[in-house]
Amino acid sequence: MSTIAIILVVIIAFFAGLEGILDQFQIHQPLVSATLIGLVTGHLTAGIILGGTLQMIALGWANIGAAVAPDVALASVASSIIMVKGGDFSGTGISVAVATAIPLAVAGLFLTMVVRTIAVGLTHGADAAAKEGKFRTIESLHLFGLLLQGLRIAIPAAILIAVPAAAVKSALTSMPEWLTGGMAIGGGMVVAVGYALVINMMATREVWPFFAIGFALAAVSQLTLIALGAIGVAIALIYINLSKMGGNGGGSNGGGSNGGDPVGDILNEY
Amino acid sequence: MAAEKIELTQKDRLSVAWRSQFLQGSWNYERMQNVGWAYAMIPAIKKLYKSKEDRASALKRHLEFFNTHPYVASPIIGVTLALEEERANGAPIDDTAIQGVKVGMMGPLAGIGDPVFWFTVRPILGALGASLAMTGNILGPILFFVLWNVIRMAFLWYTQEFGYKAGSAITQDLSGGLLKDITKGASILGMFILAVLVERWVSIKFILELPAKKLAKGAYINFPNGPVSGEQLQKILGEQASGLSLTKVVPNTLQANLDSLIPGLMGLLLTFLAMWLLKKKVSPIVMIIGIFIFGIAMHAFHIM
Repeated sequence: MSTIAIILVVIIAFFAGLEGILDQFQIHQPLVSATLIGLVTGHLTAGIILGGTLQMIALGWANIGAAVAPDVALASVASSIIMVKGGDFSGTGISVAVATAIPLAVAGLFLTMVVRTIAVGLTHGADAAAKEGKFRTIESLHLFGLLLQGLRIAIPAAILIAVPAAAVKSALTSMPEWLTGGMAIGGGMVVAVGYALVINMMATREVWPFFAIGFALAAVSQLTLIALGAIGVAIALIYINLSKMGGNGGGSNGGGSNGGDPVGDILNEY
Repeated sequence: MAAEKIELTQKDRLSVAWRSQFLQGSWNYERMQNVGWAYAMIPAIKKLYKSKEDRASALKRHLEFFNTHPYVASPIIGVTLALEEERANGAPIDDTAIQGVKVGMMGPLAGIGDPVFWFTVRPILGALGASLAMTGNILGPILFFVLWNVIRMAFLWYTQEFGYKAGSAITQDLSGGLLKDITKGASILGMFILAVLVERWVSIKFILELPAKKLAKGAYINFPNGPVSGEQLQKILGEQASGLSLTKVVPNTLQANLDSLIPGLMGLLLTFLAMWLLKKKVSPIVMIIGIFIFGIAMHAFHIM
């Protein structure tokens, strides 16, 4: 990697770290960060494919309550760096990069916890500043906490870059086929965990039939994801309107769900 | 006496909305999003309160525990802005009332934000983007990024405005029908799409060969020994066209048998297993590592 590329990758890693906690622009999502790293290192297409592959695995990763998911920001950044330094941009290279990044993503959880613990001290600093009405201090403390979150990804990324490319390459090429092939197979299955997390959150007796419909229709390979999305929205709208008619007698305002359903609006935009 | 009413302008509210994006910046284990919340409120506090004492007590009030989904914090911010504005103009709204509104709204709203954003919109946009990206199409990431942020920013701003205008009445409104419809609609669509994703993207392929199937007489073409006459050839070609097998035995794989039930069945079972393990409090991380080890083992034994 050239010096400029290295600096840009570390900057991207920093922003991925910020976003990993803020969860706003979604720069930390594999689709975005792997694509960006691919772009600045001159391997755009491989970056996009890597991003898509990892995104599929990470779809259901979200920190809800006590459930902790692997650190998606570190997974995206680390797998992109590993791929670029390994120099294998084929399908196997990509799936090996993804699989090797996952243990790192798990280790990344530890870093997140450290930063969140340090931030407890910042809160007490903010309390003291509040007594004096010092806005600027509170703002700085807050942004300092955010800065730490950025470094949480940027520093590991810099370390990964500093490891000589030859070492990464030889480590990756010395992996036997049973290992790399097996990791690719594991990568195909591991998405199930993400989906299971999500399903457990949403499943109620009332919505299980919709799961069955979705599964059966998905087996029809001619239906694209967009077509299936349209069917899903239609079914949801029909169900809500019908259940209202049942409950309140036909005349109730079923129209409200049309304008207010953000998910419906999103899918209409496709 | 009736001094001029202090009002938060649209510019003030925009500034709060912008800052609300940094809500989780200094997330900590003690009071979670509290500093981020205070950070977002600062432009409003500056505008509404002028004395050092008032400012200090406002900051203290907004450094209390707070935690919710980062996007649905916006309507809560809106309501709080309205309450603070009233208070600054002399309305008898005490600290407990403001804290009560914050705490009262953050729980139920987090219960909406998580399924709607993390479990419906992001998986759907992510899957759409990822399926394009996996073919190397740059539209995948762009579509994901643009659509997500348009939806997100619109949501942040309009729900904050909604909260601001509705003031304290919002708590009642939110328990009303519209919100219920949105959550129910999202979970129906979410379950539907999840099933699609399980079927399409959990990939389990067995390469294990089962003993070849012997076909019954009449299910394969009986080739005569020796040279074939034109008439026999015609018969053979006719048989082949009608779908008879060329050999007495057909190769038989485990995968083909499973697919004849319904494609994606093993993926579904694996998902159910993972759900069951999650309910048994097995950490998802342990499962992820376990699946990789399982995949390597199965591949080493030529089963997958």
